[in-house]
This record gives sequence, structure tokens and C-alpha cells, in this order.
Amino acid sequence: MNINLTLIAQLISFAVFVWFTMKYVWPPMVKAMEDRKAKIADGLAAAERGVHEQELAKKAALEKLHEAKQQSAEIVSRAEKRAAEIVDEAKDQARAEGERLLAAAQAEIEQEANKTREALRAKVAELAVLGAEKILRKEINADAHKDIVDSLAKQI
Amino acid sequence: MASGETVTSSEYIQHHLTNLTFGRFPDGHWGIAENAAEAKEMGFWALHLDSLFWSTALAVIFGYFFYKAARNATAGVPGKLQNFVETMVEFVEDSVKGSFSGRNPLIAPLALTVFCWVFLMNLMDLVPVDVIPRLAGAIGIHHMKVVPSTDPNVTFALALGVFALIIFYSIKIKGVGGFVKELTGMPFETDNVLLKPVFFVINLFLEGVNLLAKPISLSLRLFGNMYAGEMIFILIALMYGAGVGMGIFGGVLQFVWAVFHILVITLQAFIFMTLTIVYLDMAHSEHH
Repeated sequence: MNINLTLIAQLISFAVFVWFTMKYVWPPMVKAMEDRKAKIADGLAAAERGVHEQELAKKAALEKLHEAKQQSAEIVSRAEKRAAEIVDEAKDQARAEGERLLAAAQAEIEQEANKTREALRAKVAELAVLGAEKILRKEINADAHKDIVDSLAKQI
Repeated sequence: MASGETVTSSEYIQHHLTNLTFGRFPDGHWGIAENAAEAKEMGFWALHLDSLFWSTALAVIFGYFFYKAARNATAGVPGKLQNFVETMVEFVEDSVKGSFSGRNPLIAPLALTVFCWVFLMNLMDLVPVDVIPRLAGAIGIHHMKVVPSTDPNVTFALALGVFALIIFYSIKIKGVGGFVKELTGMPFETDNVLLKPVFFVINLFLEGVNLLAKPISLSLRLFGNMYAGEMIFILIALMYGAGVGMGIFGGVLQFVWAVFHILVITLQAFIFMTLTIVYLDMAHSEHH
């Protein structure tokens, strides 16, 4: 219970420890805490920004999607049109081809007919000659008509 | 207890209340006092080695852990130690913000040191009263008081440190004239020239008492609480020598008192810190 030199010694150590805390403990701790506070605030702000950006992106994506749909519809309609055109073209071509073939076939047929007609004509001439021959053979003898035969032979 | 010999209750108590005192004997040589009477004879020129050792050791423990946390402090994810230290720092900072209106970078670290140190010194009270003295006795140290805050030297040193800061900041903020005026110009004020010297004396007396009461009440409150608590622990410890029934009863009592004491030691540390802040706030502000 005596008050003695301990008081002074204790006073000195008190001063030393307060100084120590003030110099080496308090400032770094408070600084770390302040830094963390700032960091968290930044993080929250960034998160908010992120949400906002996401919303914008969503909107943009929706717009893009819409545009793409429109474009695809356009493409499809164009393709349909083109297909119709192609079909028409093909039809026209087919018709033209058919006509051409028809014409060719007709020409051939005509040619054939002509040929046949020619052949028939030749045959008819032959038959006429043959018939004439037969008739003649009955009415003519070689002597009487020797001069005609001769003249014919001469012409050969 | 230092030895196995039988001792009376009063000797036991007396033994527990005696510091390990190193000082100057009346005949002039320096040494360690053998008993309380010798320690008393040394007068002012004596050191309580146990108080100094334990208080310094506790402060070093506090300093070590807090310094370690502070040096590795990161703004990222804090570790367990940093979490704890930050909790303490935040707690003290809140207290300072709540009570201290000025701006002074010393106040918060001071409050943190005071709170942690006083708390740790008080905490030694929860160590069973015989454990450390017996261990010390085993290595030949006959007196060992392990709770520094039951030593008035320690509590007075803390209070005087705070008191010195009160004086220092009173003069620094208000100037010598302002401080003197605060001590003598209140609470009674007059414009009467004749009455002025009378009021001067009365005011100085009142304000002087007011000022001096601060460190005294600050230190005696802590000392009284801890001394009484320690005393009760010692009295409870006496029961262990009085048979099995009393021993068990004493054990229960010790547990109950220790649980209650957890509140006391924390509260005393908190009060010491808060009053430190409040007194220094008063020193910083012009109060009327």
C-alpha cells in the first residue's frame, strides 16, 4: 500500500506504451480500416455500375435480337421471292426447251415425210415403169420397137 | 504460499497483500524486503518489482499483438487477429467520437492503451490467487502480487499520466491565462472590485478540488474495485484450508465471484478509459 518509486517507473512505462500505440499501432490500423471502407464503397459502386451496365446490355441485346429477326424475315422473304423467280425462270426455260424440242421433232417428222414421199415417188415411178413395161410387153415385140429400144439403149 | 509451514489466516492474507519490494533499507543498503514491515520502512525509495513486472509484461503482450496486427494490417480480407484488433480500435474510436469533441491524434491511442492495459492488469485477478505466488515461491521469490491494478502505485501512475495531459492540454488550448481564469473565475463571478479577491480564493479552492479530484477518483476507483475483488478471492481461497465441505463451497463461490468479476474488470477498464476521454475533452473545451 506504499506509494513509492514504483509510481514514477509506472508513469514512465505508461508514457512509453502510449507513445508506442500512438506511433505504431493506431495509425496503421485506422489506415487499413479506412482503406477497406473505401474499397468496399468502390466495390459497391462498381457493382451498381455493373447492374446498370447489364441492364443496358440487356436492352442492347434485345434490340439486336429484334433487328436480327427483322433481318432474317427480310432475308427469308427475299429468298422466297428469289425462289419464285427461279421457278418461273425454270418454267420459262422448260417451256422454251419443250417448244424447241417440239419444233425439232416436227422438222424431223417433216423431213422423214419428205424422204418417204420422195421414196414413194421413186417407187411410183418404178411401178409406173413396171406397169408400163408389162403393158408394153403384151403389145410390143422387140422387132417392131427395136429402134425405140435401141435409141433408149443408146441414151444410156 | 512460499513454504509448506502452517500459517494463520491473517498471515496468509498479509502475505498475499505484500508486494515484492526492492528498495533502500533504513541502514542505506539496497535489497529485497523480506516482509511487509521491511517494505514499509523503505519509504519512497522502493520499487514493487512484481507490479512493474506484470504490468510491463502485460503491456508488452498487448503491444506485441497489436503491433503485429497493425504491421500486417491489410485493407483486404482481415485475419482473426486483425479482426480482433479492429474491433477494439473501432470500439475505442466510437467511444472517443462520442465523448471527445476536439481533434487530437493522441486521445484515441491513449484511450486504447488505457483500456487494454487496465483490462489486462485486471484480468490477472481471474488467475487463482495462489497459482502464480506458489510458482514464484518454488523458484525462491517469496512475495508476488500478480494483479498490478491492486497496487495504488500503478493506478496512481495511470491517473497522474492522465492528469499531466489534462494540465498540459488545458494550458496548450486555453493558454496559461485562460487556464488560471478557468480555475479562479468560476463558478462565482462578480464585477465588484472588493469581492473579487474573495471570490478568487473561493473559486480557486472549489476548482482546485474539482481538478485534483479527477486523478484521485480515477485511480482510487480502479484501485478500490480491484483491491476489494482481490481481497474476496483471497478470503475465498482461505476456505480451501477448512475441510472438504468448505473447500467445495469455496470453489463454487470462487467460480461465481470470478464470473461476476469478469464484468467488474471490463467495466473498470471501460470506466477508466471513458473518464480519461471525458477529462481530456474538458481540458480541450472552454467549459462554464
